Amino acid sequence: MLKNSDKIFTNLYGEYDWHLKGAQKRGDWDNTSSLIKKGPDWIIQEVTASCLRGRGGAGFSTGRKWGFMPKDDGVTARYLIINADESEPGTCKDRDILRNEPHKLIEGALLSAFAIGSHVGYIYIRGEFFREAERLEVAIAEAYEAGLLGKNAAKSGWNFDLYVHRGAGAYICGEETALLESLEGRKGMPRLKPPFPALIGLYGCPTIINNVETIAVIPAILKRGAAWFAGIGTPENTGTKIYCLSGHVNTPCNVEEAMGIPLKELIEKYGGGVRRGWNNLLAVIPGGASFPLLPKDICETVLMDFTSLAQAKSGLGTAGVIVMDKSTDIVRAIARLSKFYMHESCGQCTPCREGTGWMWRMLIRLADGIGSVKDIDLLEKVTYEIEGHTICAFGDAAAWPVQGLIRHFRPELERRLSIGKVA
Amino acid sequence: MKKVPIQKREPIRLTSQEDFKTFSFSMENEKKVKEILRRYPEERQASAILPLLDLAQRQCGGWLPKSAIEAVTEMLAIPLMRGYEVATFYSLFNLNPIGKYHVQICGTTPCMLRGSEDLKKACENHLRIRCGETTKDGIFTLSEVECIGACVNAPAVQINDDYYEDLNEESFLNIIVDIEEGRETKQGSAIGRQGSAPLKRDEHVKK
Repeated sequence: MLKNSDKIFTNLYGEYDWHLKGAQKRGDWDNTSSLIKKGPDWIIQEVTASCLRGRGGAGFSTGRKWGFMPKDDGVTARYLIINADESEPGTCKDRDILRNEPHKLIEGALLSAFAIGSHVGYIYIRGEFFREAERLEVAIAEAYEAGLLGKNAAKSGWNFDLYVHRGAGAYICGEETALLESLEGRKGMPRLKPPFPALIGLYGCPTIINNVETIAVIPAILKRGAAWFAGIGTPENTGTKIYCLSGHVNTPCNVEEAMGIPLKELIEKYGGGVRRGWNNLLAVIPGGASFPLLPKDICETVLMDFTSLAQAKSGLGTAGVIVMDKSTDIVRAIARLSKFYMHESCGQCTPCREGTGWMWRMLIRLADGIGSVKDIDLLEKVTYEIEGHTICAFGDAAAWPVQGLIRHFRPELERRLSIGKVA
Repeated sequence: MKKVPIQKREPIRLTSQEDFKTFSFSMENEKKVKEILRRYPEERQASAILPLLDLAQRQCGGWLPKSAIEAVTEMLAIPLMRGYEVATFYSLFNLNPIGKYHVQICGTTPCMLRGSEDLKKACENHLRIRCGETTKDGIFTLSEVECIGACVNAPAVQINDDYYEDLNEESFLNIIVDIEEGRETKQGSAIGRQGSAPLKRDEHVKK
């Protein structure tokens, strides 16, 4: 269990003052300029040594990503973008950072921007988070007022401007290249990669895009040392992580814990257990809606980290844990996710645009017990036709939950078909 | 549950395209426009389209008439078609007139597991409209939306810019009634939770 002293987000629940003064009392903006004086190479080294993996879902090494930035030619602008387009169903961790720990994020932004040689940063926040954006704007204004942003930010000698850019309700804009398109004033349709944004990103310039949680833990890593961060969790999955427990638990909540905590412990200790007891558990989606569900027997032992969950044919993703007890109509629950993907598909690639709606209609039929066993095979086949055949990972994300359903709950689907349509 | 109250609010006339034959930002919003444009490089002003359309929508009472899209694209020197593309792509832009209060019930799985379908039914019955419709008096528009990102406080509803969380049918309808009768509503958790913190053991048994 994570020691209280190891927690990074001490104001996760907003019990204390989120303004600059309150944040400074909790250690934010402490010694920022001395960290910057150690140079960008040192920062990137520390972040790499901490083995921090991106918190936005893919789990890519942050230090390595930063290393992809080309050498500064002194002419081309370089951008830091913070992805706050948090829309993955089951996930609401960034919201807490934005509204309760905005200064951790802003300080992290300055340190990260300095490390990658950027003078301008944008925080792309989802449009629905209007109040959170308001608060963030206030926090940024406080930072400017105190000389922590702008010219010679935090007396470091580095100039850095940070702006908030509100989205307008599109899940796909959380995909980094769709975010760039959106930020450039177009529809949020993902770009082909390569080139990766580190080389050709915003306005064609080198750009680093990181998740809110990733950037917000940077100050803690630099202040307390890479070794401290790497000492928490498992060797391949270091540090702390904010988990979101939703669905059929007694006490849904966000909680910061060590990477690699057993799923069962997480649910029992923080979620107050599954509604009507552990034995009432049906399935858990461990990493936000995009990842396949896990049935109860796997939930008994699986650890909450990228490696373990990948071995269980699911993923940590954003660590949005959706718990479903035995009262759940599992087919409808997954069908509702398919509806979500149908609504949010940007429509650029045919397999995704057509496939997401088709999967939803198919699942609704199966939920009603309409069709034949062959339809299950057909549905499964189509998910593999979508997966990997689209420009971005949205197609995969839409296909995986359905694959998970068929993998673990095929008997349930067959049972419904055998009963036939229930009125 | 409360009985349907006598509506005390004055009906609001919905605006239409006719009301916005031309559009220009108000004096107050002009200042905001300048501040927004300052955030992006001079040759990249198209970036400001989302914030400007949002500002225009707020000025027009929650929806975007054609003239507003035209004015924004003109201001940013981009083709009108691109303005339409953007306005139709993003779900927060309403291209049709909308009630004063846009009640957006999150229907995605985490909220669904905790009863958002019941909220939807209760609200539809109470307001006597279906999702996607506006009440005759122009006060409410009801929508089912996709994940609004308050999953650990599910079920959650967004009304205009504010989130209402940890709802059940009763607490949700109370909010609707409060709006109908012109009272202040309490944002956030309906059961007094501190943000996303878990309820303590004895508290959740009580509730």
